[in-house]
Amino acid sequence: MILIKGNEAPSFDLFATPDQRLKLSDLKGRRVILAFYPSDWSPVCGDQMAIYNESLKLFHKLNAEVIGVSVDSKWCHMAFAQNRSLHFPLLSDFEPKGNVSRLYGAYNEIEGQSKRALFVIDEEGVIQWSHLSPDGINPGADGIIEALEKLDNS
Amino acid sequence: MSKLKPGVSTKDHHTGNVKAPIILVEYGDFECPHCKHAHKLMKRLLKEWGDSLHFVFRNFPLREIHPNAYPSAIAAEAAGRQNKFWEMHDLIFENQSAINPDFLIMLAKQIGLDLVQFKEDMQSNTILKKIDMDFESGIRSGVNGTPTFFLNGAYVSTYDESYESLANAIQDKLQEV
Repeated sequence: MILIKGNEAPSFDLFATPDQRLKLSDLKGRRVILAFYPSDWSPVCGDQMAIYNESLKLFHKLNAEVIGVSVDSKWCHMAFAQNRSLHFPLLSDFEPKGNVSRLYGAYNEIEGQSKRALFVIDEEGVIQWSHLSPDGINPGADGIIEALEKLDNS
Repeated sequence: MSKLKPGVSTKDHHTGNVKAPIILVEYGDFECPHCKHAHKLMKRLLKEWGDSLHFVFRNFPLREIHPNAYPSAIAAEAAGRQNKFWEMHDLIFENQSAINPDFLIMLAKQIGLDLVQFKEDMQSNTILKKIDMDFESGIRSGVNGTPTFFLNGAYVSTYDESYESLANAIQDKLQEV
């Protein structure tokens, strides 16, 4: 089962580019949308990341940064991000493989890849919303926006 | 993915019979090949369902992967200022592979727009905001790709690129209303 509202978001420290790492604590004070997904280049993941790419303005308006996570290598992420003109970081949960995905309950042991799971983490590092989507279903961004707006109103 | 938010209003572009019991809303991207295909289905639906159907188009340009989608959306909105949104909408889809900024101006000329006005409207902040609002409403409604359809506000999950999938959804909805 994936982590749910009220859980502290497990920390991570992963490669975001071939020579830069990103830690969850680097983002303290910002809201974070963590989007675990099975694989770069697969059709559904490509569509999902394209939607988040186009929603960046909306996410920023709600004081949130979106971050993709999969088990693909940093070089694979770089090629994928360049090919799709993505303007947000993709983290490599590559070594030890799937370690961070496992911490969030979002690792598929059979396929050896992350599940398609979304987490909205507040400024204090607490998970405020999570959602697990079937691998073949692109969850879009409506649930994320709703969760962020709920935080604004609470 | 569930409900259309916000619902259809006078700010939208309408065609067909605006008093019809069935409102079909499409979120589309002018550079998306699947939307070009859907455009043909839409033409046929409007012809065959005539009075029963009211059709609305909302912009959902994926600007990073389709560089001509946004300029095309602006051009259609600018044409709408001269009451020719649908003429421009149709021509863009029919000439999808040829679209570039100069070609959009040629299309504007072809449908008899006042070109000075058209070029001015292409810079209009109100139009850019309208496209942003369309996109945002799509995101809030759970649109995750194009084309996405809503029938009387409910997401059409059965669309499989066939004419029948839309026609059957409309038929079912007609029996409900």
